[in-house]
Amino acid sequence: MLEELLLTPRQYENLLNGTWVTVQVIIGSFALGTVMSLIMGVARLSDRRWLRGWALVYIEFARGISAIILLFWMFFALPILFGLGGMPPMLAGILALGLNMGAYGAEIVRGAIQSVAKGQTEAAIALNLTDGQRLRHIVLPQAVPIILPPYGNLTIEVLKGTALVSLISLTDITRVALVIRQNRVLSDDPVNVPFLFINVLIIYLILAQVIAQLFKVAERRSAKKFGSV
Amino acid sequence: MPATWDWEYAWEITPALVEGMVAIVVATLLGIMIAVVLGLFFALGRRSERKLISYPFAWFIEFVRSTPLLVQLFFLFYALPQVEFLPRAISTMSPLTTLVVGLGVHYGCYCSEAYRAGINSVPKGQWEASTALNLKPTTKWRHVILPQAIPRALPPLGNYFVAMFKDAPLGSAITYAGVLFVARALQSSDFRTVEPFTIAGILFLMVSIPAAMSVRRLERRVAYESD
Repeated sequence: MLEELLLTPRQYENLLNGTWVTVQVIIGSFALGTVMSLIMGVARLSDRRWLRGWALVYIEFARGISAIILLFWMFFALPILFGLGGMPPMLAGILALGLNMGAYGAEIVRGAIQSVAKGQTEAAIALNLTDGQRLRHIVLPQAVPIILPPYGNLTIEVLKGTALVSLISLTDITRVALVIRQNRVLSDDPVNVPFLFINVLIIYLILAQVIAQLFKVAERRSAKKFGSV
Repeated sequence: MPATWDWEYAWEITPALVEGMVAIVVATLLGIMIAVVLGLFFALGRRSERKLISYPFAWFIEFVRSTPLLVQLFFLFYALPQVEFLPRAISTMSPLTTLVVGLGVHYGCYCSEAYRAGINSVPKGQWEASTALNLKPTTKWRHVILPQAIPRALPPLGNYFVAMFKDAPLGSAITYAGVLFVARALQSSDFRTVEPFTIAGILFLMVSIPAAMSVRRLERRVAYESD
């Protein structure tokens, strides 16, 4: 029974290659999502009305549209609409998931900045720090410990979202599983479909645990560095 | 508008896409009904004092929440029919049933967290008073704890409702004829992508943004009333 749960070495090799693609998508989306989170989260609290307005439009748009619809639009409609030759699926995946993540992340960043004690901002102004210095050296460092826990959950949501790229022909873990399933009759590697998908789910579970652990380490380090809030 | 956009074609395909949108809303409504019931069941199971019950619930919730809905849908759609000991009525489900069950179980696990937070926020005195009054466990839950816990769980439940709506187009991967499925069908029959996917996105925003706004209003009202 337990041996049946395992796939053949070749199937595991393919799944491992797919895992690498998934990891690339998550790293790319995380990078884009984090940049967007910081920019838009700060812009939401700007003194300039137009900046606040644009940030709000971005957040409502990127949160309101579902990641899967954004992904298909990016991959199929955007290149034609703007006369581009085409869109590499990896780029479409990273753009769609990263922009989606940025909208949720911006709300986390905004909430964290707002929860930093107001006296800190006032003291920074009294000390004649510029807006940039105040943000970089006073407010954001204190916001980090508040941002990290929900940001870890968000990153796991994005990891789950990476499975969507399998639908635009990127050979991530999920796509590999679908191919193994499709080829099970023809190839020399027969496969038990339920066990195949259980294996795939477990790979995702492991990736999610790795992300959770990384964030726990980051939380501990930031608590040590910035003091507990 | 760039030359690639054809208004006439856009009007022509809008009714079909609206129909796909309705199909997504239907799946979401059915899914949330399962999720709120399952969620309460999961939350109570997880709170059980017997580890033999609470641990499997906790593991299951963690497992479902850490893995992609899309793969779970593929599991329900492709893998379950191959499990020999299951009766065919359970193992072989239509795309709509698969989507509704998948959404219901996935978001049921999220909802259980909302209930858990709601239950934990009931003041300790209420539990002690129930014990002091010698209430039966069922009376305690039905008349003391849950009536106070559920209103507090409503805003997060509303958020999951909106989140589920955004995940419902995943049904297109298991051939459920939602808006995305319609757009892909138009793409393969008419070789056009700009209008179908753009209109699908606009229709989607037209439903999801007002839905998210009403959840935020609910959030404010609950916060106001519990103060």
